[in-house]
Amino acid sequence: MNHKMIESGNVAAALAVRLAGAEVIAAYPITPQTPLTEKLSQMITRGEMDAEYVAVESEHSALAVCIGAASAGSRSFTATSSNGLLYMSEQLHWAAGARLPMVMCVVNRGVGAPWSVWNDHQDAISQRDAGWIQVFAKDHQEIVDMTLKAFRLAELTHIPVMVNYDGYYLSHTYMPFELPDAADVKAFLPPYEYLHTLDPERPESLNTVTLPDARHDVNGVKRGGYMDIRHNLHEEMRLAMEVWEEIDADFQRRFGRGGAPIFDLYQCDDAEFVVVAMGTLANQFRDVVDRLRHEGIKAGVLSLQMYRPFPSSHIANLLQSAKGVMVFEKGLSYGNQGALFADLKSALYPFPARPTLHNFITGLGGREIRTEDLYQAVKTSCEPGNQSSPEQTDTPQWIGLQL
Amino acid sequence: MAYDYDKSIRPGKLPHIWCPGCGHGIVMKGLIRAMDTCELDRDNTAIVSGIGCASRLPGYLDACTLHTAHGRAAAFATGVKMAKPEMNVIVCGGDGDGTAIGGNHFIHACRRNIDMTYVIMNNYIYGMTGGQFSPCTPTGDKASTTPYGNPDPIFDISKLAIGAGATFVARTTAFHATQIDKLITEGIKHKGLAVIEVLDDCPTTYGRRNKFRSVVDMMKRLKDISVPVAAASKMTAEQLEGKTLTGILHQEDKPEYTAMYKEVIKRAGGAA
Ligand SMILES: Cc1ncc(C[n+]2csc(CCOP(=O)(O)OP(=O)(O)O)c2C)c(N)n1
Ligand code: SF4
Repeated sequence: MNHKMIESGNVAAALAVRLAGAEVIAAYPITPQTPLTEKLSQMITRGEMDAEYVAVESEHSALAVCIGAASAGSRSFTATSSNGLLYMSEQLHWAAGARLPMVMCVVNRGVGAPWSVWNDHQDAISQRDAGWIQVFAKDHQEIVDMTLKAFRLAELTHIPVMVNYDGYYLSHTYMPFELPDAADVKAFLPPYEYLHTLDPERPESLNTVTLPDARHDVNGVKRGGYMDIRHNLHEEMRLAMEVWEEIDADFQRRFGRGGAPIFDLYQCDDAEFVVVAMGTLANQFRDVVDRLRHEGIKAGVLSLQMYRPFPSSHIANLLQSAKGVMVFEKGLSYGNQGALFADLKSALYPFPARPTLHNFITGLGGREIRTEDLYQAVKTSCEPGNQSSPEQTDTPQWIGLQL
Repeated sequence: MAYDYDKSIRPGKLPHIWCPGCGHGIVMKGLIRAMDTCELDRDNTAIVSGIGCASRLPGYLDACTLHTAHGRAAAFATGVKMAKPEMNVIVCGGDGDGTAIGGNHFIHACRRNIDMTYVIMNNYIYGMTGGQFSPCTPTGDKASTTPYGNPDPIFDISKLAIGAGATFVARTTAFHATQIDKLITEGIKHKGLAVIEVLDDCPTTYGRRNKFRSVVDMMKRLKDISVPVAAASKMTAEQLEGKTLTGILHQEDKPEYTAMYKEVIKRAGGAA
């Protein structure tokens, strides 16, 4: 049975983490993540959740505690935002390299300097190469569902998962959502059996130093060197897309929600022009698309849920026949262009007929994103004259600058 | 005649962000008076902070100010001092910034004995993020992350500084407003790392959770727990139970870091 409720995005995440049966939670406060971990610590001290809460002295320690807990065989969880995520960077790479399943919510916020407490995606985008799976939610229901599915994905692939959702737009707003029954979640997410864990009955040395070459272990079994281990992380991360789809199918069978785990589409069936965006920004485009459709322009929105691994072929297969694709991002790879835009472009490269592409940067550090501006940007990009020169198509255009 | 603070405040920066009753403003005024007493040239004075309500302090002051990452103030300040040893360097921040996420930088600044003045505002809590417990939240007290009482033992910041090698360590409280500038003045004059711990109040996130009915109650407590070092020597252990020593707790002469570093450059044949 599902329980309907209206709560903030942070509380939705906390309730999902409780349902998922996280056993060790370590976190450090940072706006706008703080209410999520405060809710968890409250539920734990009240005895409403059977877990250990470790209130550490920094984000670096938070992830280190989760790494320790996961190495000892516990389901672990942390959450952060902005500079907190950047401060975890060393441990992010560690958790992925050590193949430890764990889940972290990143409540997306711009990074300093200069300081901003407001939303954009630069925190997550800057950590896209750390070896974590990254998914983006765009409403409270997705926060709940993705968090539950993320634990299963992490445990099946031995790769940690970051569930991203927009600071303030989702973290602090109230929306209705459904929470599945605890017993049903237990069946969906059975206890995890670690392959390698710190267990006195079965002593092991974890993360011993590797050499450039593979070598044989004490039992004579050939063990990969650093490069082989890293290669496997990449390969298994690519396979994680399929695993994510299977998990979603199972979730849908059990709970009745799902069916579009990699990206979801709005008005894309016959679309000639497709907007690509992540998080709440994708929702905002539904109004833009409705207006364009009304004017006879066949537009649609692709809301990308899974960013790492990048679903290159899924997305390219869908977009290659479009006339134009516009990628809107709340972050970028400084000195180049939007990271998502660059990813998408490379995914489309093998196809003979490719859509024209436009890249837009918007909403950095909470700059207001006006639907009217989005409408104008899409409309202008759809005009035939704006489809040719690399100047127009390859250079990111900034929306809402106040220079 | 009222003291002229305005000349030290950067035009257009007020009103400040602090809540009514917050002690950080008292410390800011103390710092201004101390800088006046020491006749610090504001253009040759760098005031560095990390993040937190306390760390907002330098932003209001008309001097060279640097607002940095959470916990990193001491490290940024060390960089400033090494690049420009002739500059007066003052660090301001909270107990969270200085002893939780930034604890490592804090102890290593003390160990080096680099010539800086670190004013640390200990309000027992992370005020800015809404009242999570810090390494200085008294055991048993409530915070948003310890709604049923904090089980952790605390850091005694002044003892920590002495243990780590700071050569001037003093403590006072937001109640003892006039002592704040006296101790900061002594700290600025001292050659080496000076730590001035100011026990402070955060009515908004600490006081209201911990049964302080008003800011006045919090101030009263600061007054009641304080015992000047000189008086303490005449008191029994029993009388000192639950009290906090105030005044200059430790002072010694030791070689200062930038001076020692200059010596190394000389020895290595470089241009000092
Ligand atoms: C890397 C990082 N982690 C977390 C934060 C969030 N944060 C901002 S201020 C603060 C605590 C400040 O407490 P304290 O230094 O005691 O100062 P107060 O606000 O109490 O004056 C925290 C955790 C941050 N800005 N950066
Ligand atoms: S929250 Fe606390 S520390 Fe911050 S300004 Fe208010 S009273 Fe001061």
